[in-house]
Amino acid sequence: MGMTLTEKILARHSGRDRVRPGDFVVARVDLVLGNDITAPVAIKEFERMGAPRVFDPGKIALVPDHFTPNKDIKSAEQVRMMREFARKYMIANFFEVGQMGIEHCLLPERGMVVPGDLVVGADSHTCTYGALGAFSTGVGSTDMAAAMATGELWFKVPETMKFVFTGRLNRWVGGKDLILYTIGRIGVEGARYRAMEFAGPAISSLSIDGRLTMANMAIEAGAKNGIFMPDDKTVEYLKGRTSRKYELETSDEDAEYHSVHEFDASEIQPQVALPHLPENARPVNEVKGVRIDQVIIGSCTNGRIEDMREAAQILKGRKVARGVRCIVIPGTQAIYLQCVREGLVETFVEAGAVVSTPTCGPCLGGHMGVLAAGEKAVSTTNRNFVGRMGHVESEIYLSGPAVAAASAVVGEIASPDEVVSQ
Amino acid sequence: MTVTGRAWKFGNNVDTDAIIPARYLNTSDPVELAAHCMEDADPTFAKKVAAGDIIVAGSNFGCGSSREHAPIAIRAAGVSCVIARSFARIFFRNSINIGLPIFESPEAAADIQNGDEISVDIESARIVNVTSGREYSALPLSDEIREIIADGGLVNHVRKKVRRDA
Ligand code: SF4
Repeated sequence: MGMTLTEKILARHSGRDRVRPGDFVVARVDLVLGNDITAPVAIKEFERMGAPRVFDPGKIALVPDHFTPNKDIKSAEQVRMMREFARKYMIANFFEVGQMGIEHCLLPERGMVVPGDLVVGADSHTCTYGALGAFSTGVGSTDMAAAMATGELWFKVPETMKFVFTGRLNRWVGGKDLILYTIGRIGVEGARYRAMEFAGPAISSLSIDGRLTMANMAIEAGAKNGIFMPDDKTVEYLKGRTSRKYELETSDEDAEYHSVHEFDASEIQPQVALPHLPENARPVNEVKGVRIDQVIIGSCTNGRIEDMREAAQILKGRKVARGVRCIVIPGTQAIYLQCVREGLVETFVEAGAVVSTPTCGPCLGGHMGVLAAGEKAVSTTNRNFVGRMGHVESEIYLSGPAVAAASAVVGEIASPDEVVSQ
Repeated sequence: MTVTGRAWKFGNNVDTDAIIPARYLNTSDPVELAAHCMEDADPTFAKKVAAGDIIVAGSNFGCGSSREHAPIAIRAAGVSCVIARSFARIFFRNSINIGLPIFESPEAAADIQNGDEISVDIESARIVNVTSGREYSALPLSDEIREIIADGGLVNHVRKKVRRDA
């Protein structure tokens, strides 16, 4: 019996020939990540552990992105703690404002993850890097501290669920729509404790940006990790970003799966997930007409250049509706700069949107666009939980960038087709 | 060790934003976090919860973010243990790592009523409903996890290792 890619990576990193779902392993990690919320807790725990040094300063990344540029004194203190820790332990990958971006946009962009890696991050959306064929999963701060001290961590080998997307993608349908659709089908705990493996012709045709969006939301189905087989597109993406050697390992033909789910991509329309769970996914045409107050385009889910281009394509020559605030947040400085160079920033500003420096900001109700009681937002982020973006009586509708931009123009939830054919 | 307290019942998919809203995450001080524990699920919880009380919830408790602040807030609020039909993976891990006892028991999660007096034997995972007289069993923890708990959480577990390697 063969192994899935997730099993192969866990086996190799724990020095075994093979592992089976349910096995407990202690595995070596290739990269440990923390942010301005989770790293301060991890730093305190690290000090309590009494380790004289970090296991490898080159394999730790510290990204202040949630409340940065620091929104208040407490946030500033948290980031200062990270900065001092980085200096003390010679961690070069501390990303100061000016270099920083949203962690899950930044690390792949910097070539810090390659296929076959085992990555842990004290952030639940660390599962994003599965898009590159890595095993990557979110952990807590104490786990992060243990990984920084020892370079290893305990794992239970997950069962793998396989999702095969046949057919061709419809217009305005991207990674976000596929993953919302999938979560809509299996529910927010449909993949709890398991790996989600994505495959099929529609996935092969999907860009790396689109795959990063999908892997990002594996956690919203409760999964431990999301994973894609590395291919030509992966190699192309990594060119110029890394000099590390890697292999294009894939799941075996005879690997054993918990279950296999086949979806016809040509039947999937742009999706919107209604408040207050990502599993409330519906085709946009079924929810059109809901009045909105705010639109957020950005986050670790949809803050990449393709997302920006898609939004700009719809906003170009059009105006954000009166009474709607449209906030666009490129995920990293490099994406921001690319937006400037391609004229996208001009398009956004002319349309009446604001363009923010990279930050998580409104995604977690932190700053830069917090919602008041009773307000409704369409957001390209990944969570529409109660109170996630502000007041407990506010509502979040999740979508991809095309639906979000179209909704900004119409002032209510709208399909991109209505706007672009106008 | 046995813990005893009143049950606080919650539904399915109680997420980490409900357990400790992100607006309070500019601190990691347990006392400050405890003051806002469960605020978006039940704004009165933090004021009324008594030391030893037990949270009893439905499925997927603790879903959402990886914030360890969630189990930290619960523990600092005085909660002695959490029982649920099922837990989200990272929350489960974090609770074990910080030493908050946590048990999966669909039976107990369904049967226990708000306000029932509950007692839990942490080692054997036996849950007794003192109010109704009923008993429930929970999923036993694996050896690896029990070892971490026996060491008093992951910090001590790693300390031991660091000393051994030194
Ligand atoms: S953008 Fe949102 S989901 Fe992503 S890392 Fe930041 S807060 Fe978390």
